[in-house]
Amino acid sequence: MNGPIPVLVHAVLLVMLPPLVLGVVGKTKSWVAGRIGPPIWQPYADVLKLLRKGVVMGAPTTWVFRAGPIVGLASVLVAGLIVPLAAGAGPLSFEGDVIAFAALLGLGRFFTMAAALDTGSSFEGMGASREAAFGAFTEPGLFLVLAIVCVPARSVSFAGAWTALPWDAWGPRHPVFLLAAAALFVVLLAENARIPVDDPATHLELTMVHEVMVLDHSGPDFAFIVYGGAVKLFVFAALLVHLLLPVPAAGGWVGAGLLVAGVLGVGVLVGAVESSVARLRLTRVPGFLIGVAALAAVGVAVLLARGQP
Amino acid sequence: MTGAADALLLLVLITGLFIVWSGRLAACVRAIAVQGALLAALPLVMWAPGGDVPVAHLVLMSVGALAVKAGIIPALLLRSAREAGARREVEPYVSLHVSALLGAGLVVLSLWLARVLVPPGPVTATLLLPAGFATVLLGFLMLVARKYAVTQVVGYLMLDNGVFIFGQTLAGSIPVVVELGILLDLLVAVFVMGIAIYHIGREFDHIDTRALNSLRD
Repeated sequence: MNGPIPVLVHAVLLVMLPPLVLGVVGKTKSWVAGRIGPPIWQPYADVLKLLRKGVVMGAPTTWVFRAGPIVGLASVLVAGLIVPLAAGAGPLSFEGDVIAFAALLGLGRFFTMAAALDTGSSFEGMGASREAAFGAFTEPGLFLVLAIVCVPARSVSFAGAWTALPWDAWGPRHPVFLLAAAALFVVLLAENARIPVDDPATHLELTMVHEVMVLDHSGPDFAFIVYGGAVKLFVFAALLVHLLLPVPAAGGWVGAGLLVAGVLGVGVLVGAVESSVARLRLTRVPGFLIGVAALAAVGVAVLLARGQP
Repeated sequence: MTGAADALLLLVLITGLFIVWSGRLAACVRAIAVQGALLAALPLVMWAPGGDVPVAHLVLMSVGALAVKAGIIPALLLRSAREAGARREVEPYVSLHVSALLGAGLVVLSLWLARVLVPPGPVTATLLLPAGFATVLLGFLMLVARKYAVTQVVGYLMLDNGVFIFGQTLAGSIPVVVELGILLDLLVAVFVMGIAIYHIGREFDHIDTRALNSLRD
């Protein structure tokens, strides 16, 4: 695949697939609980329904409130253009794009928090403060996992790092990459407000973290938030799939199929974790995330000490 | 086969970090059992393909380590913790967050140490020395950073696991009798510690070692 087709495939995957991953997570949870559950395309219907609705804005809100969902969605979409999906490099690939990827996620998080604070509700402020605290503990883990990926190639871009990724990562030759995959999965759960850290289904005032920040948003704004959350989950799932499966090596349509299957598999995994693990107490979350960051740091150190893997 | 040995040693490192980070007593003891089982597999993975060391020696060492490190000692520890009515939390001196970070720091330190210090014998796995250093240091961390006697025994066991890893460099030159003697000594030591924990628990209604600092006659 050369020319414009890979870019087109990338864009279609990035835009169309994310709600399906949310649907798979929901279906898995229903299946484990013994319910039939909503159909797998329910998130698409939710987003379309929200897009048709009107917007209610609180009296004290300013443009920041309006900008929150827009910047949030735009930043994860651009981050999705940086990450390789079906091929070995994303359409927006440059030296240092790994840092830009993490920075874009941080930007989206900042604007979501700013929009929550802009409502003037102390309740949403509490959610923003928790999100900021969890984010501060998640980001070291994310950076260290990305460092594990980048060290073998001595390159700070996904495209460069991906050329040096060992595709037989399942074998015992590269146990560090399995460690990185495990740490990345936990970062995925934390970044997407999933269960051991946060519960996307809860609407009890004192237990919400991410949900509480978006309570005041309605209509298309909320559609952007739901869709943006799905894109973020999809982007992280794609990164995880690339660590475990030889997507670029397979290349072309096989690679795309492998990616879709892998991402939906990650959705099933997330649903299984959500069904079987209890949520951590709020005060235990930082310790959990620090533990994961420590593991990733050990992975980086081992990789550096061994030299080329 | 250095790859498989490195994978095992990485898992040993991870269980070590988990023990330092975990807040639950039972989880700590189970993790030290897992670490013991991983170490029991280590001699087989490292030396069996080479054929330099007799297979009977390796199997004896492995089975002995599995029985003592992963079976008897953890069971004894869990039992003595239950009998002494220990609390389920580990009660650290430094917070668990800090000890997880300290643990990661110690692993990095031991990776550096292993580059600086040159081992006496041939080393077949690149992670052997760092994992040995790290396990010993993490064991020391458990010994000094926890208040309860049971967790200190876990630290002592981790220390011994580290020494066992170092011993792997010399697997061919240590007689089986010595290896088994070491395992037996370890078992006896944990017996004595279990009895001590039980008596401390009966005497003071808790097994908090801080209280032992102020003992007078």
